[in-house]
Amino acid sequence: MSMVKTTVAALAATMTMSGVASAESLKGDLNIFLDTSNPAPRAVMEQLIGEFQGMNPDLKIETTIIDREAYKTQIRNFLTANAPDVATWYAANRMKPYVKAGLFEDLSDMWAEPEIAANLASTKGAMTIDGKQWGVPYTYYQWGIYYRKDIFAELGLSEPTNWAEEKANCAKIVASGRACYSIGSKYLWTAGGWFDYLNMRTNGFDFHMQLAAGEVSWEDDRVKATFANWRELIDMGGFLENHQSYSWQEALPFVVNGSAASYLIGNFAVAPLREAGLTDDQLDFYQFPAITEGVALAEDAPTDTFHIPSGASNKANAKEFLRFMVSADAQTKMNAGDALGQLPVNAKSAVDDDKFLNEGFTMLSSNSPGGVAQFFDRDFPAEMAKVGMEGLQEFMVRPDNLDAILARLEKARGRIYK
Amino acid sequence: MHLNGICAVNDPEVVQLFQFEFHMIAKETKMNSQPITEITKRSWYKRNEIAITPWLFLTPAILFFLVYVIFPIVQSFQVSAFAWDGLGEREYVGMANYKELLDDPAFYTSLRNNVVWLFMYLLAIPAGLFIALFLNQTVRGIRIYKSLFFFPFVISQVVVGLVFTWFYDPTFGLLNTILGGVGLGPINVLGDPTYVTYGIIAAGLWPQTAYCMILYLTGLNAVDPEQIEAARLDGAKGWKMLWYVIIPQLKPATFIAFVVTIVGALRSFDLISIMTNGGPFGESRVLSFYMFEVALSEYGFRLGYGAAIAVVLFMIMLCFIVYFLYSMYKEEKGH
Repeated sequence: MSMVKTTVAALAATMTMSGVASAESLKGDLNIFLDTSNPAPRAVMEQLIGEFQGMNPDLKIETTIIDREAYKTQIRNFLTANAPDVATWYAANRMKPYVKAGLFEDLSDMWAEPEIAANLASTKGAMTIDGKQWGVPYTYYQWGIYYRKDIFAELGLSEPTNWAEEKANCAKIVASGRACYSIGSKYLWTAGGWFDYLNMRTNGFDFHMQLAAGEVSWEDDRVKATFANWRELIDMGGFLENHQSYSWQEALPFVVNGSAASYLIGNFAVAPLREAGLTDDQLDFYQFPAITEGVALAEDAPTDTFHIPSGASNKANAKEFLRFMVSADAQTKMNAGDALGQLPVNAKSAVDDDKFLNEGFTMLSSNSPGGVAQFFDRDFPAEMAKVGMEGLQEFMVRPDNLDAILARLEKARGRIYK
Repeated sequence: MHLNGICAVNDPEVVQLFQFEFHMIAKETKMNSQPITEITKRSWYKRNEIAITPWLFLTPAILFFLVYVIFPIVQSFQVSAFAWDGLGEREYVGMANYKELLDDPAFYTSLRNNVVWLFMYLLAIPAGLFIALFLNQTVRGIRIYKSLFFFPFVISQVVVGLVFTWFYDPTFGLLNTILGGVGLGPINVLGDPTYVTYGIIAAGLWPQTAYCMILYLTGLNAVDPEQIEAARLDGAKGWKMLWYVIIPQLKPATFIAFVVTIVGALRSFDLISIMTNGGPFGESRVLSFYMFEVALSEYGFRLGYGAAIAVVLFMIMLCFIVYFLYSMYKEEKGH
């Protein structure tokens, strides 16, 4: 067994070296698994793979695109049983189970290359576990409050910058018979976004990360302060009623028909909102306002990534493909407004000239001094995320259960982080 | 083909039998007759044909049953003694998973919902019976009505779940439009922990009632008209007729309806997954869904814990399986 492994490793090493040494076209196979199943992302991925094929005419590329939701449960099967050469996934703790199980290849050597080290530096932390890097990023996107500009104008509101203004705005919106915030928490994770922001604004990025790492008790007074802030919005009727019955998509029509004035969500919501008929004059974006004075603003910006499974059979080709996909040019094309409509990770890439992408890029690059978090279900270990988000949803519907919820989360913390 | 591999047979009876068989074949195939004395030997298989053939036919089924039913059950028991994320190394933890189950509120919620499912789902049996009685008449076009009533059973559970989700939608749903029409406040059936399980069961009852109905319709065909006539002469009608004359004759149909309904209630997974995804905050989970969630879903990496839930579910099912097997055994013995 070990002999086979070393042979494979040696073989891979020689292949890598030859790959680096000669810029000749690659040979052999390349088997790519993608979760970019929506039409526009799918098209741009296929286009880029086509370009890579054009550069390497002798390479036999096979691409499999799997439905994004189904991919999340299939990944553990194909990583163990029938590993492709390249697979998409997510950064931070979300990749931890696979890293710990030795299913992702260590890509630290790629991160030592100047091209990657310099241009992708912003996400190096999110790709690092145990001091090594396990993948490369291809896109990320901002979170924030997307709001109906026309409704704000009608009510004489402006973009809030602190908590008092946010609450005052919300009180006026509620008085006009609308909900302040649309949300669909049927699949739980949207509530995680609210907690991320409230906790990072109340207690700061570092505290949030300590909580994610299981170093702080869920029954800590600081956590309770976060929930107290949240409760102010809940008690004034700020959130869409019956949100526990809706998915995030099903909560979009409430923003479109004006029965909710804003929506804390990722930039991926812009495309469907535009499709539903909202123009850029009606839809706008603002950064989640500060809560505790002096706490540095920090943002959620989930990063999507490429990995090489350790069971891959064409690792040298895969690495070459990753180098291509993280290149400034490829990332510009990939993240264009009519493709993924998100932000490129490569610092040399151009951000497409789109109102929301520009605002998001400025926010993340210059107005997020506290740090950049991935997202609740990517920063917290999978099990904690699941139990946690269920508790968050329960809190939003039954705020009086808070003590029981926190006790439950604390018990889960005791079990999960050993 | 009967002539191949013949071996010595001394038993005169068998030889005689064989000779007879040979004659038959010879006659049938009009083959050139060979001296019978040459054929004195029979294959081992031939000699044991009666004993072996049933097993030969059973072999594929037994093999598949072992590989796909018995082996996974044994494996579930085994895995439930480990802490395992399905990817890395297993760690033996003994009964720890079960101990944790005893202290897990989500487990009790699921267990309670399973019991609610078992009882409420049985409503499909009387409901199916009454629709069957109602449809058991000769009216023009009755076949169309029967097919329409049977229709919900034909469509996929996923579709049933989606239709009912829209029906229950708290803002746009038909249910709340109707309730609003008669002046009742809107209720969010699937968003309220008190109603959610009943709401899903109601959706499940729709196809299940249709299934029970079809079972009873066939059963009603077999009801003895003479007995009904005799009962009529004795003055039985209405409920008495139904209870003392019809229903006893429908006993086989009732048994099957009971079996399929219990099985249906215990495997109620798809509706929950489609309609609520176990929510709100896990209040509509049943054991099978909870098992899926902890072991196999997006955030589930606890195969050992999931296996422990599976074992508990298996134990519950075992009670019914034993009961069903026992009643079938009794039935066969009775005949």
